[in-house]
Amino acid sequence: MSKKEWPLWEVFIRSKQGLSHKHAGSLRAADAEMAINNARDVYTRRSEGVSIWVVESANVVASDPSEAGPLFEPANSKAYRHPTFYDVPDGVSHM
Amino acid sequence: MKDLNINELDRKFQEKIDNEIKIEPKDYMPEAYRKTLIRQISQHAHSEIVGQLPEGNWVTRAPNLRRKAVLLAKIQDEAGHGLYLYSAVETLGADREETIDDLHSGKAKYSSIFNYPSLTWADMGMIGWLVDGAAIMNQVPLCRCSYGPYARAMVRVCKEESFHQRQGYEIVTKLATGTPEQKEMAQESLNRWWWPALMMFGPSDADSKHTAQSMKWKIKRHTNDELRQQFVDVTVPQAELIGLKVPDPDLKWNEETGHYEFGEINWNEFWQVVEGYGPCNKERVDARRKAKEDGAWVREAANAYAEKRAKRKAS
Ligand SMILES: [Fe+2]
Ligand SMILES: [Fe+2]
Repeated sequence: MSKKEWPLWEVFIRSKQGLSHKHAGSLRAADAEMAINNARDVYTRRSEGVSIWVVESANVVASDPSEAGPLFEPANSKAYRHPTFYDVPDGVSHM
Repeated sequence: MKDLNINELDRKFQEKIDNEIKIEPKDYMPEAYRKTLIRQISQHAHSEIVGQLPEGNWVTRAPNLRRKAVLLAKIQDEAGHGLYLYSAVETLGADREETIDDLHSGKAKYSSIFNYPSLTWADMGMIGWLVDGAAIMNQVPLCRCSYGPYARAMVRVCKEESFHQRQGYEIVTKLATGTPEQKEMAQESLNRWWWPALMMFGPSDADSKHTAQSMKWKIKRHTNDELRQQFVDVTVPQAELIGLKVPDPDLKWNEETGHYEFGEINWNEFWQVVEGYGPCNKERVDARRKAKEDGAWVREAANAYAEKRAKRKAS
């Protein structure tokens, strides 16, 4: 039996040049190099990626879902941040 | 959050489910929901991993290089499916290593279909066509499962599964339209796999103790019998198209319902295999246990190497 489990890594994949990296899933690996190799084998077997980021899951800091209300509420009351908030006369184009 | 009592949390949880809002790992969930998911997803993971064994049996004897490359690619996909699912189990707070040890100790179950032996090359076709076919039928609705990580894993899995079924049907078609001996091999294989494939959908609705709760939680979207019927309805015409006979004397098309009627499943056999007395239960679990034990030194060496490199970098 192995005493110590390999750490958990989060995998982010850029599917093609011009797009940002997107979370694909997670895996276990002894170190970063192995995490990249495993991510290649697990998440890009059908040419799903041109670039891989791996981050040890322990290093990810996440917001608390039970605080989601107060955290995101300020945005809800500011409809004027959206273009649909504004009245524009009929007939105006290119706006 | 602290001033909400458990009943209130449970009510809000069910409200989210009813409104089709996905549950994510750190969200509140009732313990029973968490436990049900851990059991179901880990069983599913084990099935993907154990499912590699009957096919691994034929890699070295594939009839040509194309078939061999395809079979290897399929088996590799199944390993990936296992990995996505073990990762999903981990998001629920389950320990990955313990989950795997539960399989090895016989505490955890996996799909009973993999306790049947793969005796001929035709079985590689039959597994892809019927077993992966049944798996797809089960997995497509799971893409809409209420638990986010499970649903996302299923989306990936389903994308990959479609080639599995097609390559299997291709093998079966080649044999069924080949020499009389080849056709006989395909028919004999169908005779062995048909009923176990129907059993993959689990006990009948009357005997399925988890179904009602799982449907309320939107983990499941259809009952076992509904999915089984759907499988029979789409698979029988596929068999007929290539001249194979489904081994069920009671099978007949019902014009009124628009469904096939089919014979009674041997539930005795089903429960025996589930309880560990199928033809290959011991062989399968032994193989997995041996793989873990034989690989222990590799995992330890990788840890030691990673530690040494980290130390060198720090100094
Ligand atoms: Fe699979
Ligand atoms: Fe598959």
